[in-house]
Amino acid sequence: MRLRTLTALAGALTLSLVTGCAQGGGTGASPNTVTYWLWDANQLPAYQACAKGFEKKNPGLDVRITQLGWSDYWTKLTAGFIAGTQPDVFTDHIQNFGQFADLLVLEPLDDLGIDDSAYQPGLAANWIGEDGHRYGAPKDWDTVALFYNARMTADAGLTPEELNSLSWNPEDGGTFEKAIAHLTIDRNGRRGDEPGFDRHHVKVYGLATAGGGYGDGQTQWSNFAASAGWDYLDKARWGTKYQYDSGTFQSVIKWYFGLAKKGYMPPLTDYNVQSNQQNTQIAAGRAATAFDGAWMISTYAGFKGKDIRTALTPAGPTGKRATMMNGLADSITKASKNKAGARKWVSYLASDACQKVVGRYGVVFPATPAGTEAAVAAYRRKGIDVSSFTEPVADKKRFRTFSYPIASYSADMKALMQPAMEDIYGNGKPVSSLDETNDQINLILSQ
Amino acid sequence: MTVASSSPPSRLPPSGADPLEPTKKARARARGDGPVAALFIAPALLGFLVFLLWPTLRGVYLSFTRFNLLTPPQWVGLDNYVRMVNDPIFWDSLTVTVEYVVLNIGVQTVAALTIAVLLQRLTRSALLRGIVLTPYLMSNVVAGLVWLWILDTQLGIGNEIVGALGVDRIPFLADETWAIPTIALINVWRHVGYTALLIFAGLQAIPDDVYEAARVDGASEWRMFWRITMPLLRPVLAVVLIMTVIGSFQVFDTVAVTTAGGPANATNVLQYYIYGSAFGRFQFGYASAMSVALLVVLSAITVLQYRLTRAGRSDLG
Repeated sequence: MRLRTLTALAGALTLSLVTGCAQGGGTGASPNTVTYWLWDANQLPAYQACAKGFEKKNPGLDVRITQLGWSDYWTKLTAGFIAGTQPDVFTDHIQNFGQFADLLVLEPLDDLGIDDSAYQPGLAANWIGEDGHRYGAPKDWDTVALFYNARMTADAGLTPEELNSLSWNPEDGGTFEKAIAHLTIDRNGRRGDEPGFDRHHVKVYGLATAGGGYGDGQTQWSNFAASAGWDYLDKARWGTKYQYDSGTFQSVIKWYFGLAKKGYMPPLTDYNVQSNQQNTQIAAGRAATAFDGAWMISTYAGFKGKDIRTALTPAGPTGKRATMMNGLADSITKASKNKAGARKWVSYLASDACQKVVGRYGVVFPATPAGTEAAVAAYRRKGIDVSSFTEPVADKKRFRTFSYPIASYSADMKALMQPAMEDIYGNGKPVSSLDETNDQINLILSQ
Repeated sequence: MTVASSSPPSRLPPSGADPLEPTKKARARARGDGPVAALFIAPALLGFLVFLLWPTLRGVYLSFTRFNLLTPPQWVGLDNYVRMVNDPIFWDSLTVTVEYVVLNIGVQTVAALTIAVLLQRLTRSALLRGIVLTPYLMSNVVAGLVWLWILDTQLGIGNEIVGALGVDRIPFLADETWAIPTIALINVWRHVGYTALLIFAGLQAIPDDVYEAARVDGASEWRMFWRITMPLLRPVLAVVLIMTVIGSFQVFDTVAVTTAGGPANATNVLQYYIYGSAFGRFQFGYASAMSVALLVVLSAITVLQYRLTRAGRSDLG
């Protein structure tokens, strides 16, 4: 008798465990709550402040923000889409946008009334899918510039004005290559442009390495390729053919990775995405300059005992300076349980009211001009000059800004381009090998 | 377990004093054991059905489909398998995986055997046994990250030492030729203590009188190792090998944190390629097909190992 009771109890317990697992903890189930995810811990206080303003304006609605590290963020988001535990609203990256649009997990936002002209140019248009619907509301932007160690450049006799007026070309590298050659010092104290320079034993490299750059080369080769007049795809958005087989592109890549052969940039073996990115090389004094994005401004400014400043990207064969302008957006998930609340929150996130608040924290450039202004002022208060990042956006005559490649199958493109670029950089494979990789990617894209 | 079966009969308690000898009352109770047995088996059985059998069957089914997790799977027949056979990256990652397993298991088994024999023949210190086991207490990810920092080409303390010796820095985890051996050795470092302990347990099951007899006959330590220890240890060693080889084929975490499959796919082991295809590229059908292939390879290797090493039988009388 007692045994039977025990068996029954155990059975009931097992059953409740199983059903308990199946139910899971859906987020945003309440009509009064909007769940929101972002990955940048630096931005968390800014968006918390923004949420406070929103809650005041919308009594009864409660925004719950979750911050997750970059790599966990995407894994968890994917898992959330499958398990139904996704947030109502999340910070979206253009690189993942195509894939999410293909997977039909995003809610169209056409009725939010997002006006292109209310944001920095190009930001709003990037979030319109191949089907013509809008899936993201612009929240911020970033560009890439040349960070440099001011003491090292001064020792090399390079003035900030000179660093801001560098130019390059794929034949001899121009004044840019001359500058980084001069900034390179071997273990005997000889500079890269001096006779007897030992390229195999370099103490300080002129330019830090950021690896092979996958298929976008955002902080690696993209500014060079774009200032040579090259584009990733045959169309600005939702292109059908990648152009890694272009002669112009391949000449840029040959020259760029050639900097490592000359000893002005570390070999691929010195790079590690976990332990040794370009900012680490600058912090450790192993490199004098590094291309990096606006999202890293605070990190470089925080290096103790080092005066790190920024310069514009060099002018290329087209006569223009180029820099990738990337923007994040807020997207609503299709399976959101509180779409009405989510729409209100996304509208607010995309408004001047919120973006000015975020700007005042000086951690990111918000997408609206007023928000950007607030951020520039906040950086200035911290003693940081951010004109190398903002000038290219304001001055279209001297600068070219371009976007991340926007196309379907971006994950497949990345999976094929990463080893292809590393083979050229690390194993000395010829740049013409990109022809085959390009064909493979375009074959996938044509499906 | 094999270890128990190779125990000499003399170690069992004398049968006359067996407290488990069934009495009348106990026999009556035994008849009512059915429900209790079912109760105890139920959780394990449920776990087996829910977490092993069902996922395996579903995985095999998905390998015949095109599936992105979010929309229903479409039946595509053998397409995924045809693609796999024609995919150079798949064959490349299989080669890399085998290379890793050979290095990892080869070095680990020799090292673990040496440590175990030394532990048995030289010292019985429990403290030393504990120390040998310490790396195993660390999670793979932490071990991988710590070694990544130690071995970093530019900044790692390991390379500072290499540099101080007057040799060029070694790109342990960043060079095509170095990366797989380095990862294999990192995992040897972590697992060798555990494997040594398993072998040590097997060594303790070899009766001392065999060694005594050999010593009386004037056999050297070396000769005793090859003529007594190795043959009598074979069943244990075989099981240890089967377990470690399966574990080795499943290498993933160390690769994920140290090299992420790079440089240029040099460490793109099969598990990592499967993971990337599924969770990076949403090709769950293709990833399932590769997982089925891995299952077939592992089953074949296990059966082969079992046969070749006669793991089920002991040479002990």
